[in-house]
Amino acid sequence: MSTATPPVSETDVLPRSRAEFLQRFTQGDFGSLRVLITLAVIWLIFALANDRFLSAINLTNLALQIAGIGLISVGVVLILLLGEIDLSVGIVSGLCAAIMAVLNVKHGWAPVPALAAAIVAGLAIGTFHGFIHTRFGVPSFVVTLAGLLGWQGVLLWVLGDTGTINLNAPLIVDLAGTFFADAIGWIIAVVLIAVYAAVTFSGRMGRVRAGLDAPPVGALVVRVVAVAVPVLLTVWIVNQDRGLPLALVILVGFVILFDYVTQRTTFGRHIYAVGGNEEAARRAGIDVRRVRTVVFALGSMMAACGGIMLASRLLAVNQSSGGSDLLLLAIAGPVIAGTSLFGGRGRVWSALLGALVIGSISNGMDLLAYSSDTKFMVTGAVLLGAVVVDAATSKRRSRAGRV
Amino acid sequence: MTETTSVLALRGISKGFGAVQALAGVDFEVRPGEVVALVGDNGAGKSTLVKVMSGIYAPDEGEYHFAGRPVKVNGPQDAADLGVATVYQDLALADNLDVVANLFLGHELTNVGPQLDETRMEQRAHELLGTLSTTIPSVRTVVASLSGGQRQQVAIARSLLGEPKVVLLDEPTAALGVPQTRQVLDLVRRLRERGLGVVVITHNLADVFEVADRIFVLYLGRPGGDFAASDVTPEDVVAAITGVHNGNGNAKEATA
Repeated sequence: MSTATPPVSETDVLPRSRAEFLQRFTQGDFGSLRVLITLAVIWLIFALANDRFLSAINLTNLALQIAGIGLISVGVVLILLLGEIDLSVGIVSGLCAAIMAVLNVKHGWAPVPALAAAIVAGLAIGTFHGFIHTRFGVPSFVVTLAGLLGWQGVLLWVLGDTGTINLNAPLIVDLAGTFFADAIGWIIAVVLIAVYAAVTFSGRMGRVRAGLDAPPVGALVVRVVAVAVPVLLTVWIVNQDRGLPLALVILVGFVILFDYVTQRTTFGRHIYAVGGNEEAARRAGIDVRRVRTVVFALGSMMAACGGIMLASRLLAVNQSSGGSDLLLLAIAGPVIAGTSLFGGRGRVWSALLGALVIGSISNGMDLLAYSSDTKFMVTGAVLLGAVVVDAATSKRRSRAGRV
Repeated sequence: MTETTSVLALRGISKGFGAVQALAGVDFEVRPGEVVALVGDNGAGKSTLVKVMSGIYAPDEGEYHFAGRPVKVNGPQDAADLGVATVYQDLALADNLDVVANLFLGHELTNVGPQLDETRMEQRAHELLGTLSTTIPSVRTVVASLSGGQRQQVAIARSLLGEPKVVLLDEPTAALGVPQTRQVLDLVRRLRERGLGVVVITHNLADVFEVADRIFVLYLGRPGGDFAASDVTPEDVVAAITGVHNGNGNAKEATA
């Protein structure tokens, strides 16, 4: 029992009483709620320490800061769901951004084909990793460790003597530099909420029609409100500054897309099955190799997207693109937000929430003028704390016989 | 024991692995609505025989008949297509998924493109588990939180989704407590009521006498006896398993 992986669909079953809620919360259910509390504590501390932290301009900056790493983390979540790891996502993000920059600036490609080439390069690299991993049974850790080294070399080779390539093509620069007008921001928010409400309630109607027990309408209203409030609040805040950043829309869009893929499609179901029990998946007729290869391809594709976003924000690609702590933070984020390293457990949302936690720490400590030494130590402590709490709560859960 | 009444029949099956002759000249059959217990000591060839039936092993010699016709079975998919479902001892359920997801794993129902039709899957899961009177609390329970008996019920129920004619159960009650064993054996009886041919491999003679209509004994890869469960005592079966009656593999005496 203790080795089994805990449940995946924890948010689907709502608690019936406050006692049940408390019990399940301490047993590690409602994982995203725990991250939100962590985030609230971090924000409270920084807000008390510096009143500029919660200002519109700073929160808009925070959104821009997490967009790139959040996109990379979306791919990392998919790979973690398999119980695998990809150590190359950092450097692949840098390499793909470099490919885009070189094609656009040195070879005069238009922005769109240059962007497409970078994304295709990401897909190809991930497919290659997945192929080696599945065909020769090489652990993903080793394949992507080799990738981490090898693609670093390719990055330097692609950049050539120049070292740094500055970006100025409008479309590429606009990715991180576009802010929507206030009205458009509100429209996006309202459409998002309306779609969410429609999906939630039509799902309930379908269950009622099929004669299945359905959650009470009140609980669904609470759920819709719980989504609507942060969305509206975000738009209200960013509208006081430059407006809703395109970068944030792209990040949230990818999170929603991959949350849909993982939760509502056969392919997503198969990812969880392979991560939970590979043998079971194989016996059920699932093409395990294909699932793994596609996930690695998507992981590197998201790394490419993140790299493009980071380059767009930096307005340049250089030899340290995709290096430094990028990889480690991109993996730490989802883990802080409750995605298991052992596969089969976690949600794509943890990419966004984790990036928010890590980004907030970094942003807040910058505001307070701490140097990177403190920043690293605090981030490390938060990661460790999150994992310890996770381990402790799942232990309580297994004692309660729910594993 | 005419050919026409059996749903699955093996004739003169032999299978060797290098120097080891795992099965030699085994005839085996199961009829609709019949529970056959397949017993034998460790290494008697039970697993090999089941793997021949489920298409994992191709026999060196012998014929595979299904519904009275000789068929060629090349691999597990062929056997599954014929209507032979196998539930292995190590269950092969994904702990992190709920009951519905496990039941439909690899054969998910969809509505628009690859989008999962959770409502329809849940409905069918309710129907299936309801007709089997399983003891699973909710179809949305995560499998990790089920008991061993409940997990076995999920595994067996899953095999029924493909509308099989024959279900092979490999040690379905191994490592289960008394009440859980009872639940699983109740389920085996309901499979019989549905008119399925059921083959149960087991070490537990109490289980054998509780559910089996017929007991087929393997002894060192050869038929060691084929009894109607009502005609024999556990002592007879033990004697056949240990080879006391049939004098080192002379199977004719016991089957006569």
